[in-house]
Order: sequence, then C-alpha cells, then structure tokens
Amino acid sequence: MSAANLQLDNNNKLRHFLSIEGLSREHLIRILDTAESFLNLSDRSVKKVPALRGKAVANLFFENSTRTRTTFELAAKRLSADVLNLNISTSATAKGESLLDTLRNLEAMHVDMFVIRHADSGAAHFFARHARPGVSIINAGDGQHAHPTQAMLDMFTIRQHKGDFPPLKVAIIGDILHSRVARSQILALNTLGVSEVRVVGPKTLLPMNTRESLGVHVFNDIEEGIAGVDVIIMLRLQKERMTGALLPSEHEFFQRYGLTESRLRLASPDAIVMHPGPINRGVEMETVVADGNQSVILHQVSYGIAIRMAILSMTMQPRGETS
Amino acid sequence: MTAQTNYFMSHEAILSVIDGMATKLDQFLRNRQRKNVAMIGIRTGGIWVAEHLHQALAIEEPLGIIDISFYRDDFTQIGLNPEVRPSMIDFDVDDRHIVLVDDVLHTGRTIRAALNEIFDYGRPRSVTLVALVERSGRELPIEPNVIGVEVTLQPQEQIKLTGPETLELVIGTQR
Repeated sequence: MSAANLQLDNNNKLRHFLSIEGLSREHLIRILDTAESFLNLSDRSVKKVPALRGKAVANLFFENSTRTRTTFELAAKRLSADVLNLNISTSATAKGESLLDTLRNLEAMHVDMFVIRHADSGAAHFFARHARPGVSIINAGDGQHAHPTQAMLDMFTIRQHKGDFPPLKVAIIGDILHSRVARSQILALNTLGVSEVRVVGPKTLLPMNTRESLGVHVFNDIEEGIAGVDVIIMLRLQKERMTGALLPSEHEFFQRYGLTESRLRLASPDAIVMHPGPINRGVEMETVVADGNQSVILHQVSYGIAIRMAILSMTMQPRGETS
Repeated sequence: MTAQTNYFMSHEAILSVIDGMATKLDQFLRNRQRKNVAMIGIRTGGIWVAEHLHQALAIEEPLGIIDISFYRDDFTQIGLNPEVRPSMIDFDVDDRHIVLVDDVLHTGRTIRAALNEIFDYGRPRSVTLVALVERSGRELPIEPNVIGVEVTLQPQEQIKLTGPETLELVIGTQR
C-alpha cells in the first residue's frame, strides 16, 4: 500500500497522519478549520474538551524535541486523553524488529495513538503499516523526510495572518536540503494553491533539481528571493545534521542569508516572518527581526497546540469501526 | 437515508411561534427574577432560533454560540463531526443566568453535551432551556422550560429546521 493510501480510510478520512503527500486541499482545509475550533479554548476556565476521554496517547520520541513533544502533550491533555511520554535514545534501539517490539508492547498496554519522532525517514510509515486496527500513528518528524504537523501549523499561521492562500507569495529561506519542515511546507503550500513558492539558499543547501521535483522557484540571492513576498519562512540551520563543508561558517551564512531589518524591507510591507524554532539568533535572523512586529514566531507555537488537537481528534479511530 | 420528507411548518408560522416563545420566556424569567440574562444558541439550528429570541428580548450581551462536536457522548464511537466550527461565548458565564436555545429537543443528549461545555466556561447561576420543537423520544432526564411546539413522532421519523434566511420545519422518515 502506498504512503498516500496508508493514511486514509475507505471513506477518505484521516486514519493516520504521516505526510502532506497524498492529502487533498480539502483534507488540509478541514484540518485548519478544525484547529480553529480550539483557538479560544485557552480563554475558558476549563481549558479542555472531553473528546478523547479514555483514550491513551503515547509520545514516542526517538529524537529529542522539547517544543514538539510539549505541544503534542498539551494537545492530547486538552482533549482529555491520557498521555505517556517516552524518550528512547536511538542508540538503544536497533531498527526493524525492535521498533516493532516497541510498538507491540505499547499496543499491549492499550495505547490508542502514537506520536512518533525518529531520525530515520519512514519510521512513522513503518509503524503505520504494522499498527493494529484502531491504532493511529502521527508523524512528529522522520529523518529528512517530513514534519507534517509543523507544516500544518505554519499553514494555519499564514491563514490567520494573511487570509486565503491563492494570492500569496511565500519565500522559504535557509537550509532546504536537510529540512523535513521545508519539504512538508512546500507540499502544503502547493496543495493549498499559493501563487508562488520560492526557496532561497546557497546551492550546497538546496536539493538537486529542486525546481522540477518540488515545484518552486529557486533563488541563491536572498535580496532577489525576498522581493515582494507576503510570507517569509526562515529555517533553522540544522547544525546537527550537517556533515562535510556545506557552508564556510555561521557568520558567513548570516552575511549572505540572514534576515536583517534592511532585507525585510524588500518584502511586502505587511509581510510576516516565521521560524519553526528554536532560533539561532544572529545566524538565521537578527534579534530585532525575531522580536519585531512582523514576527509571528510565538503565534506559531500557540497555533501548534490547536493544530495538533485537530489532528489527534481527526485521526482517532472510532470504536465502532475497529473490531 | 431520508426516504421521504413532509413539510411541517412555514417561515411565517415559525416566526409567529418564536414570538409566542419570546413572551413566555420573558414571563418565565420575570417570575423567577432572573435578570441580566445571557443567551447561547446551539449550532446550527439553535442559533437561528436564538437570534430571533435574542432580538425580541433585547438582551445586551452578544449571543453566545456553542458547537458540541467535542462533547458528544458518541465521539469515540463515530468520530469527529466534519463540520465542526468554533464555539464563541464572549461574556463571563460565571454567576450568570443563561438561556440555552436549541431547535429540536429529542433525546436530550445534545443538551447534556451543551451543559457540560457551558460549565467548562464557568459556573452559571442558572440555565433555562428553550426549544422551538419538543418531540417525543427523550433518553435523558432533561426537560425544557419554554417550548414552541410539541410533536409526537415515530422513532424513525426526524424533524429538522432548515434556514437561516427562510426557516422551515420538515419531517423526514428514515428507512
């Protein structure tokens, strides 16, 4: 079964959430609309809804990520699910059978949903292929492949601040090559039909054949790439993923690709600045830009909870259909 | 699937029923000295009825809206209603007399879910339940305080309010 089919059930509804690939515009819009229902939850005296009462969600993090894990944990708790957090160091687990053993053991504890972060591309798909009926898998980042919940919270941020997608020009800047976030964002932006997606970065940090394979416009010069855009997405320099001399130094990266106040002026005057976090201040952008009034970086974090609540509640498998 | 639908009540007739409900509701609240009330409509049909009542009673606070999708007692059996929209209550629920409005009161399960959701916003002083149609088939001990019309239907029959510009009540039969 293909990855696209794996995450949808016979009624074309979400079964797992593994990648943006294979999802239609309607699927993405439904996720965004559902997330909107959760936005004002934090204004209430009880900041949770009973939807997932009695369900158990396991956060299975083979790779550390405080922000993603925390927002998934809060999202599950605000849906009234019970939450297990498991940090499993990759070195302690071999691939294949032992991953399967991990899954089977947790299934035996009647965990209903797994949120998986793993350094290997395809880890979440592996779990989804082997999950028991009624068990849902959510990809919280796999290798250099995909980080679809981050992409969806970015789409949500764009819609909240810029309205509908078709007129928008979006620039994604930085290390595209190593970024699973960028891959998922590009897929989502094209599915939602923005007018133009640009990727900006040094040749060494762009995948080969970017234009053909991803449907984007490629710029090696940030000032050209940023001109007139409505949305600027800065990527984090993936230091821990970088091997070999792909760029001379962080200082030089900032000189050539860092987002400064003066470069920001080249974008549309009401352009928003986004970053998936954590920011390397003075490497990807200046502090005045990160904390400036065009920055929506902290909104992204709040929206991340609403998006993850939407995805958890939509992938939950109805009890009636599992047996 | 609805195999057959029968027209039950026209727009004009419904508006005149809602006028009567407004009078009864006003009297009900006066008799119990429930002042400074706020109103909440249940998505979707309940909002349409509530909009008329809200205007007729000249309630100051903006009309609250709740969507009970995440509070349904069958959520884990049937999954998420794909049409879920945000709830919006822009007033303080704590210590407030609330008027809760729905279009059709049937099993009582929607009202159970709505009450739970309202209590997650705060602790109201009281809740008054208003329904345009009270039909047979209650499964929970929930009774309305003010109703528009009362209908006895077979279990397989459904009564539905359509709108919002032109309100109409139709009865359908499920096969």
